Amino acid sequence: MNKRFTRILATSVAAAALVGSLGACGKGSASAPSVGSNEITMWTHNAGNAEELKAVENIVDSYNKSAGAKAKIKVQAFPQDSYNDSVVSAAASGKLPCIVDIDGPNVPNWAWAKYLTPLKLDADVSKNLPSTVAKWEGETYAVGTYDVALAMLARASDLKAAGVRVATVEKPWTKDEFQDALTKLKALGKWEYPLDMGTAGTGEWLPYAYSPFLQSFGGDLINRDGFQSADGVLNGDKAIEWAQWFRGLADQGFMAKKSGKDSTQDFLNNKSGLLYTGSWAADKARAAVGKDLVVMPSVDLGTGPKIGGASWQWGVTSGCNNSAAAMDYLSYSLKPENLAAVAKATGTIPATDEAAALLPEYAKGGTNRIFMELSRNYAVMRPETPAYPFIATEYGKAVQDILAGADPKTALDKSVKAIDANIKSNGGYKN
Amino acid sequence: MKQTLNSTSLSSAAAMAVRILFAAVAAFPIVFMMVSSLKPDQQIFGDMSSVAAFLPIGNISLDNYAAVFERVPAARFLINSIGISAVTVVLGIFINSLCAFALSRMEIRGKRVVFTAILATLIVPFQTLALPLVWWVNQLPYFELNGFSLEISKGWLDTYQVQIIPFIANAFSIYLYHQYFESIPKELDEAARIDGAGWFTIYRKVVMPLAGPATATVAILTFLPAWNSYLWPLMVVQSEELRPVMIGIQYFFQLNVSWGEVMAYASLITIPVVVLFIAFQRSFINSIASSGVKG
Repeated sequence: MNKRFTRILATSVAAAALVGSLGACGKGSASAPSVGSNEITMWTHNAGNAEELKAVENIVDSYNKSAGAKAKIKVQAFPQDSYNDSVVSAAASGKLPCIVDIDGPNVPNWAWAKYLTPLKLDADVSKNLPSTVAKWEGETYAVGTYDVALAMLARASDLKAAGVRVATVEKPWTKDEFQDALTKLKALGKWEYPLDMGTAGTGEWLPYAYSPFLQSFGGDLINRDGFQSADGVLNGDKAIEWAQWFRGLADQGFMAKKSGKDSTQDFLNNKSGLLYTGSWAADKARAAVGKDLVVMPSVDLGTGPKIGGASWQWGVTSGCNNSAAAMDYLSYSLKPENLAAVAKATGTIPATDEAAALLPEYAKGGTNRIFMELSRNYAVMRPETPAYPFIATEYGKAVQDILAGADPKTALDKSVKAIDANIKSNGGYKN
Repeated sequence: MKQTLNSTSLSSAAAMAVRILFAAVAAFPIVFMMVSSLKPDQQIFGDMSSVAAFLPIGNISLDNYAAVFERVPAARFLINSIGISAVTVVLGIFINSLCAFALSRMEIRGKRVVFTAILATLIVPFQTLALPLVWWVNQLPYFELNGFSLEISKGWLDTYQVQIIPFIANAFSIYLYHQYFESIPKELDEAARIDGAGWFTIYRKVVMPLAGPATATVAILTFLPAWNSYLWPLMVVQSEELRPVMIGIQYFFQLNVSWGEVMAYASLITIPVVVLFIAFQRSFINSIASSGVKG
């Protein structure tokens, strides 16, 4: 009896000692991350993404060692999927670091919430890809070192067998050509569904991937004149046409209502013939498929092909006690060699032509040059309004409902009602 | 007679077959996870449409496990979670059983109201309390020994104790102990008191030794959420060296997901739970059966 209780207490003491010793060797920064003599903290979403994290750390190391460094930068990495939650809870407790990275479309929301301060950089960003510079109410709040682009991947041999031409940046497929291509690919009998649009995707993938189709039809997520209502653009005739077309792809058996969990892997395993995905999948696909791989632009559904613009970008928080150093670091990180290093490590599109010239695959004639052209020619920024996170969620729900069989008009009207109510309840998201 | 024997053995064989079928269905996800952790991504998806998905055949290796340790500080995360869970369990058993003991055995005015109030907290989901709790723990004083001087700062964020202390007191554990203590005859307390025992001695030497099954259940039901803790550490821990295992799983969900590595990491973090369950399963089942609750 006594022995058992003593054992429990002993275990307790041992366990407490274990945690105590862990604490001794791994004490976190319990105080505010930005305090300290001349050290500022930078948060990034790259935990687990060794290549990108290493590239970022290399830039930080070289800045810290440079003669002109105004502060020592300390990097803390978080997993991407949970990064925003960590930032929001840190903001709630007043513990935001000096520099944060942000998914581009969220920048206006974070600026509106006063997490971010406008950037005042020495670096000239006027020649950067427009989608790598995030503005709200006339001020620049974040800059990215890279962007990504949506495209269609296919095997040239499959297209040839089906008698379908390869779409190009100059001559993308029209809506009718796309329909014809899918019909012919399906007739090959190689796949249950010839097209994989990543319909199992969730979260930001839904607006990022599918709102460009809506925009190509002539609709949009919100009326961009003042960003006060989605009525007439998200539930107008063009939007209904988009919804019917999108649902029709599934109804005609061209794509699954819910694709596999990993669309790229399914494409590589020949479970689909045409993959709608981002530039991040290109290197992996090229390594597996080789020269048979073709990268094509998205479809022109009426107003030209559209793709989502903006990826992860960097900003400075409004509570930073050494914002001059934070701005100085950001300017340093935008040097062409730094942009090129990150793009090379991550397989993304460098933010400037100068940086692209340092990378053979993105230089003119390079295998990935097409993504830069797609980004420059077709990128549409997701609505630059603090309401975007809410709009994205509502649109995502509508996409899933429409795929599941909901009446397009009803589903889109519901989204519009919710979005307009949200904007109204937040006083129009005025600064 | 022979026919009766035959029909008896046939029906028991059929019952056994049904049990095996149910056991297999329950085990399939774990088998799939462990088998897939040994395969390259392409093969995982290639095998998906056949029974090969559950068999360690084809291109089998430990490469995914090696990659896991390269991508994530898995050993550190495991040690953190073991430490955090162990302390939460041990302190949880002590604090919650003491509370339940007082509510069950001692004559305290208003104890029914207190017990009801404790139970009422069960209906409030943690997610609704999370943000206010972050604010609160950020206001608490933090004591740190620096050499020979004791330093005081504000805020518990990014520490081990913020992952432990808010989860020690648990209404369900108190309820479980309370119900169990109610089934232990009060005459034992009276006999101990005649022998000169005080309340703590009765708790320590009479009641707790008889509450083994309840303790086993509380241990498991405290361990599981502590081990699976995700939202809270996400909100309060910034330093990588303080993160628990569940945060680690997110490290694998990049733009190009490596499913073999996901399965390898998931297998690694499942093993301690399975070992704990096997060790305590008899007491766990006994307690669940006797208290009529399920976890």
